[in-house]
Amino acid sequence: MLEVHHIFKTYEGKPLLNDISFKVDTGETICLLGASGSGKSTLLRIIAGLEDADSGFVSFNGQNLTSTPPHLRDFGLVFQDYALFPHLNVNDNVAFALRMRRLPQDEIGKRVASSLELVNLTGFENRKVTDLSGGEQQRIALARALATRPRLLMFDEPLGALDRTLREDLLNELRMILHRTNIPAIYVTHDQEEAFAIADRVLILHKGEVIRAGNPADVWANPESAFVARFLGLGNIFEGSYIGNSEVETKFGTLAVHCEHKHQKGDNVHLLARPLSAGKARVERSRSEANAIQGVVTDVIFQQDRFKVTLDNGLYVYLQQAPKAGEKIEVQVKVECLR
Amino acid sequence: METGKQASQRGRAFLSTCVPVYLSTYSRLLLWLIPLSFLVIAFFYPLSRILALTFNFNTFTGENLQLASRVLFFTFYQAFLSTCLTLLLGLPSAYLFARYDFRGKSLLRALTAVPFMLPTVVVAAGFSALLGPRGLIHTLFPLSSFNFIGTLTAILIAHVFYNTTIIIRVVGNALSSLDPKLEAAARSLGADSFRVWWNVILPILRPSILASSLLVFLFDFTSFGVILLLGGSQFATLEVEIYLRVLKLPNISLAALLSVIQLVCTLIFSILYTRIVTRSIIQTAPRSAESNARKPKTLREKIFITSFVFLLTSFFLLPLSALPFRSLFRLEADRGQRGEIQYGLTADYYTELFVNRRGSVFYVPPIQAAANSLGYAGATVAISLLLGFPAALALAKPTRLEKVLDPLIMLPLGSSAVMLGLGFIISFGAWLTSPLLVPFAHTLVALPFVIRALQPAIASIPERLRQAAASLGASPLEVWKNIDLPILRRATLAAATFAFTISLGEFGATLLISRPEYPTIPVAIERFLSQPGGLNYGQAMAMATILMLLTITSILLIEKFRIPGSGEF
Repeated sequence: MLEVHHIFKTYEGKPLLNDISFKVDTGETICLLGASGSGKSTLLRIIAGLEDADSGFVSFNGQNLTSTPPHLRDFGLVFQDYALFPHLNVNDNVAFALRMRRLPQDEIGKRVASSLELVNLTGFENRKVTDLSGGEQQRIALARALATRPRLLMFDEPLGALDRTLREDLLNELRMILHRTNIPAIYVTHDQEEAFAIADRVLILHKGEVIRAGNPADVWANPESAFVARFLGLGNIFEGSYIGNSEVETKFGTLAVHCEHKHQKGDNVHLLARPLSAGKARVERSRSEANAIQGVVTDVIFQQDRFKVTLDNGLYVYLQQAPKAGEKIEVQVKVECLR
Repeated sequence: METGKQASQRGRAFLSTCVPVYLSTYSRLLLWLIPLSFLVIAFFYPLSRILALTFNFNTFTGENLQLASRVLFFTFYQAFLSTCLTLLLGLPSAYLFARYDFRGKSLLRALTAVPFMLPTVVVAAGFSALLGPRGLIHTLFPLSSFNFIGTLTAILIAHVFYNTTIIIRVVGNALSSLDPKLEAAARSLGADSFRVWWNVILPILRPSILASSLLVFLFDFTSFGVILLLGGSQFATLEVEIYLRVLKLPNISLAALLSVIQLVCTLIFSILYTRIVTRSIIQTAPRSAESNARKPKTLREKIFITSFVFLLTSFFLLPLSALPFRSLFRLEADRGQRGEIQYGLTADYYTELFVNRRGSVFYVPPIQAAANSLGYAGATVAISLLLGFPAALALAKPTRLEKVLDPLIMLPLGSSAVMLGLGFIISFGAWLTSPLLVPFAHTLVALPFVIRALQPAIASIPERLRQAAASLGASPLEVWKNIDLPILRRATLAAATFAFTISLGEFGATLLISRPEYPTIPVAIERFLSQPGGLNYGQAMAMATILMLLTITSILLIEKFRIPGSGEF
């Protein structure tokens, strides 16, 4: 079990990581999700031992790793740009870690073959790594990291350089491999879809702090802050003034809000209206928090199974049937209180 | 017993000497320790001795100053003339290579680049073999009465022969990377072809023309071997005068004054050059990859191309081929039989190299010079790699420290070889009997090239590769062995060959500090050429041919090992 204890790190005088602590359990995949500059890659490098923290430490199964150099940590690392050794062929790349551990030759051969099988590249042993496609290179990088069955795998934006369909395929494969091998993993990305697809638990990093942690469904259902809701693209986020009795005064009028916080009259609150929760007008108002908002349609975009409809007041919703631009409609939205 | 923590700290300290990203200021200083101490002892200390000699009341006499200003003027004068002539040949050639495709183009381009890498003695011997009093033209057409050796013309032509390739490369690269759409745009805006050139192309090329001219000027300004061997001592440039004032008409303080003047001038030119280059990089930043060259269409183009290809081929090929030819052919009137010329193939000049004749120029068989040269070159390779590796490692990820130290490392390039020799004589006079000084002098010249060959290769290894290797369980030593070393092998070979070639051909410094009983090939050639008699002349030709072949082999090896696109001037 990996434990990260109160990591602090500054870069050129500015705080980059500010009291980061978390655990990764056996077989668990956690995802560090954050925009660029949030410090997520630095955190990964600190865990790998490639960089030192200003304070705090990393331990594995209770053993403090501060004085363990990177090559003795037995943590596999997969980079965005693959970092395959250009002067070695596929076989020698995958066998690299095994040779470093001085395993017998036939054992190395067996492990290379099984690693390549795991990433569906059986028979690629003698290819030059520079001749492979991006997706193949990334699989080789994964096979290389997997060959020793490390006690932790770390991924730094591993799919960032690949195109969308390839990314989805590889992500599925990766999830299955992690599941099958039961190796705990830390996955760093800025892409929330990728994060939610692969992670058992998501840690959202912002300005060097973990501002939200939890399993994907929880985080999705309850973003807790306006920043997280905006970062995850959950919907319309706006402010309002609490007027009591679960009602908030906003630019869309007075809205009924689902809220578990204790607010005082006059408090400024952030609200979230999820576009998916919207219904076309003239549906009976069954739930108390459903609000009717009127507006003139300014934009309609076709999105596979729905239409994204934007109103003149800035609100957007997803509807099953497309209204005409310029038409005045009424939509129903569920409004949540963020803080 | 040491604890695990101590061991890993030791591991880390070691890591920091191997893997640039981890370099602390402390370990960077450690890397610099050896190369810098070498430079301090072998360059800055002698330099300080020269400066001390210069700034001394006895130095600034009216006589000395008068001579210095006369020499300085002539140095400028010949360098200016040479640069103009080089541009005259170089600019049309650059245009030819950049804009037209023709048969044998890459071969011809390679041919024009060969002289630049050749030792000065070989070039001098080549021109002597072609145009000298014992050369091909004179002996085959005895009626021709023109003098070549010992004239300013000889110096100028040899300089053009040397440096045209610089103009071709620098201006030609700029010209061929010029976006053809610019020309099309200018034409569509109503410019005729003259206006296109005058208002669009030339202004864009100006920095590269300026930069290459300045570089050519710098090389002509510091030229030594060509002027001494083809011009003679009546054409005293700063370099030649320093040499004369050390060995022939001893006046060490005058020599010191001259070399300080020389150093100041070259530093000014180098700074100007760097400024122009930095500016021109910004100007021509967007580049199109496709080639602008095409096949000639009009008759005018075909005439231009044919005549220029012929001119370039004969200009560059004749001296280079006259040399081996002359080393194998007897074209001499034997002693006592005036006027009668004996023709014939002969290997005498080569076999004679193995004979130790009494009363000859040497106390040893002349071929010993080749053995000395190879020995010195081997030592130079070893020393310069030993010093160059740590410096290149530190320079691969430059910090503020490296920004200060980098120009210091390159400084020996700005000082002339003769000056280095002078510095050695002043500073290490007591050790001059030892043959060990020569490889150290050669290392001074070779070190900047070695570093420049290694540094981009080290820098080109992505940090990620080392991190990946570390995360796969490779210790710092294993990272160095399995990642850095295999990737650097080619660059190391290129750097070694650079050092080898430079040492083989080094003339100025060696002439001053080598012991008579340990001559190198270039020194031996100079001595043979300065002696009378057909046999001595033939041996000079034979020696020069050997040196030429060795050098050309090395050039080919460097081209093979070099990382494409790196290390252009």
